Amino acid sequence: MTGTIDIDGQSIPFEDGQTIIEAATAAGVYIPHLCHRPGYTPHGSCKLCTVKVNGRNCSACTFPATDGQTVINNSDELEQDRRRITQMLFVEGNHMCPSCEKSGNCQLQGVAYHLNMLDNHYPHFYPRREMDASHPDILIDHNRCIFCNLCVRASKEKDGKNVFGIAGRGINKRLIVNSPSGQLKDSNMSIEDCAAHICPTGAILIKRTGYQVPIGQRIYDQKHISEVALAQENAHGQD
Amino acid sequence: MKTFLKTILIDADYQPVRLLALLRKVQAQYRHIPAAAIDILAEALQIPRAQIIAVVEFYSFLHLTPQGRYDILISDSITDHMLDKENILGYLSSMLKVDVGEVRADGLVSLNNTSCTGMCDQGPAGLVNGLPLTRLDRPRIDEIAALIEQQRDISDWPAYLFAVEDNLHKAGLLLNAPIEKGAAIQAALDRGLEATLAELDRSGLRGRGGAGFKTAAKWRFCAEESAERHYVVCNADEGEPGTFKDRVLLNMHADQVFEGMTLAAAIIGAKQGFLYLRGEYLHLYDKLQAVLEQRRATGLLGDNILGRGLEFDIEICLGAGAYICGEESALIESLEGKPGIPRNRPPYPVTSGYLNQPTIVNNVETFLAAAKIAVLGGDWFAGFGTEKSAGSKILSICGDCARPGIYEYPFGIAIEQILHDCGATDVLGVQIGGPSGTFISNQEFKRQLAFEDLATGGSFIVFNNSRNVLDIAQNFTHFFAHESCGFCTPCRVGTSLLKKQLDKIIDGHGSAGDVAELESLCQLVKNYSHCGLGQTAANPILTTLQRYPDLYQNRLKNISYEPGFDLDGALEIARRMARRNDAGAHLSQVEE
Ligand SMILES: Cc1cc2nc3c(=O)[nH]c(=O)nc-3n(C[C@H](O)[C@H](O)[C@H](O)COP(=O)(O)O)c2cc1C
Ligand code: SF4
Ligand code: FES
Repeated sequence: MTGTIDIDGQSIPFEDGQTIIEAATAAGVYIPHLCHRPGYTPHGSCKLCTVKVNGRNCSACTFPATDGQTVINNSDELEQDRRRITQMLFVEGNHMCPSCEKSGNCQLQGVAYHLNMLDNHYPHFYPRREMDASHPDILIDHNRCIFCNLCVRASKEKDGKNVFGIAGRGINKRLIVNSPSGQLKDSNMSIEDCAAHICPTGAILIKRTGYQVPIGQRIYDQKHISEVALAQENAHGQD
Repeated sequence: MKTFLKTILIDADYQPVRLLALLRKVQAQYRHIPAAAIDILAEALQIPRAQIIAVVEFYSFLHLTPQGRYDILISDSITDHMLDKENILGYLSSMLKVDVGEVRADGLVSLNNTSCTGMCDQGPAGLVNGLPLTRLDRPRIDEIAALIEQQRDISDWPAYLFAVEDNLHKAGLLLNAPIEKGAAIQAALDRGLEATLAELDRSGLRGRGGAGFKTAAKWRFCAEESAERHYVVCNADEGEPGTFKDRVLLNMHADQVFEGMTLAAAIIGAKQGFLYLRGEYLHLYDKLQAVLEQRRATGLLGDNILGRGLEFDIEICLGAGAYICGEESALIESLEGKPGIPRNRPPYPVTSGYLNQPTIVNNVETFLAAAKIAVLGGDWFAGFGTEKSAGSKILSICGDCARPGIYEYPFGIAIEQILHDCGATDVLGVQIGGPSGTFISNQEFKRQLAFEDLATGGSFIVFNNSRNVLDIAQNFTHFFAHESCGFCTPCRVGTSLLKKQLDKIIDGHGSAGDVAELESLCQLVKNYSHCGLGQTAANPILTTLQRYPDLYQNRLKNISYEPGFDLDGALEIARRMARRNDAGAHLSQVEE
């Protein structure tokens, strides 16, 4: 079964089983997102992709497209609220963009630019979080983790390894490593793993590659995240 | 440890879905989940260690570090506070020589707060090694402290310390006469299952857990799904502060609840059912097991129920301290031995629930009512209540009233009648439906208890004029921040921001714009959260802000800037370092 949905007045075809974001991406419509990545089990946790479907807020990355849906993706209200949700992610962790190696390549930052986020708005939590530099090739800086679950899914679904997990409850959530010591060096993670390269922020970094591209010449320094995401996801969508 | 784990693993048939039950046993045995146990369990169940740690850290009653041999938790419900809980906790802390949130150096005792334990009609309440302590006062604490210092086994403690009363004050159409054992199954089979579902439909019964979904429709959707197996789940998580009616229903009428589940099983074609019992109700576990055993012995459960070829059995699964596990999809995750994180919907549990099989989840009271409807018919039930809310509602009433306890009313009853019956005077307002519900003021007592007016899963908390509305909203707001599962951003971060923002205003650090900011944060959390917890977490603020805007505004400082913190307080360390305390070393943050 196929059909069409209406996103902001534009008629968009979908195939049976597609979510709203999948149909939108294929049609060249960008819906902001962080925890969604084509080819991975949808998670639905960041809530950045929230759209109004027939008047109700739904996560576009998990909600199935069905014939005749009226979807609002662009509205002042959604833009303002998505900005607030992004600000929540910023104050929850310790995101010091100017000193972060991922700056310019960071999707959290890219989305923040897209949403015209100019400050953090909310009071900072300044949580005390550890670094794990134990692994010879890979660094984890927990300060920047946004609990998108992508590394967990990548390790499990793509690498067949289960290196990561998310533990804790509520604001005490934390990324944990599946090894006897809890350190990355004692896991079976390797630099070739999908999980090593999937982090949308600078929480999982590859060592000895820092600053090879100067800040200012990086992905989101040049291009809008909407453009980058649509191009990438339509090119490698089925990996 | 190896032999202990082996024994419990054999009991659990090496099933990863029993992980939570296994961890509860390890916690009870070793007062924590030792790293060595995690290794053995991971190996035996063939699951990642990280998955086990995730479960341990999710549930409040499981710990990675040792708790005291006597682990005491004191209920933090607003009603316990109204019964002088803070004082009791302080006294306990001094008598036991242990700080709140700590384990005493000798490892004998630990003390902490816990969310509402469902004893609001007999508080201040708590738990010791999972068993309920009620009506705590200084003499009882003296006794408890002495028992602990003597290291007396809990089984030797005097029974009155653990006495839990039913406090049934008013029985209505369900509680005034329970059905005969087996009568509902018999009636349903005699009438025919399809015809019985039609009776249930005609009765107008809607779910009693809060959301009010039509029970017959839910059962029909599930019955229509073709699948290898179907499951029946009874939701006895009862975590909404101020709710304790399911505790009483299970204590007094477990047979009828199990009968309702069996009826549902016959209708949807399930062979297996679960009672998800909140960890706080551990004291009911043995009794409920005995009821199940007796039903098996008398042919009311098993593989040939009443000799009519019906096959069904029920397993009791205990929670471990997580309010979110009352949400049906989180409950299913918990039944599968995982952290209680709500699933994405669709699919709904009726199509993909426990082990991705069609599953119905219903409240204890819903099953109780369904069983009686099967016997007496749909018209009998529909004859009570209002057009949109058929039948009765069983309330657990607590707070400022002379007779807290259980009351059953036909829907449509006016709030003022309920207040009169329970002996509430000088009333400021009532929290209906618990923190996730609505706070109504004393101008609204003509309103009705009904899905179309004031809905409640059972919680009904009365506040008299000596109470402070902001304290109430603050207690509830802290509750949600503590219980947020943390899956989605708006609730994980938003409930903590709500707590900070409300505390800031209540502590007198708010200034112009802070109430408006609070309200817009409320809307954000409400509109964007993934599940009912986040969607209702702002209700305590929203419903009181709507009724008492001045109480909030009056806390604001009349200054032109917006301090996020106490400026003068932040200088304290600097003053100590500089050994200064003169006027020049203070920054005023008061009216301009
Ligand atoms: C945070 C949260 C907690 C809940 N807690 C309970 C509970 O303790 N007991 C309950 O029956 N329903 C609870 N519910 C509602 C359940 O999700 C579900 O709707 C209910 O069990 C369905 O049964 P019913 O149709 O018989 O009411 C809760 C919902 C949410 C969002
Ligand atoms: S709303 Fe709260 S409790 Fe529900 S999924 Fe989101 S974080 Fe978890
Ligand atoms: S992208 Fe949809 S919730 Fe994160």
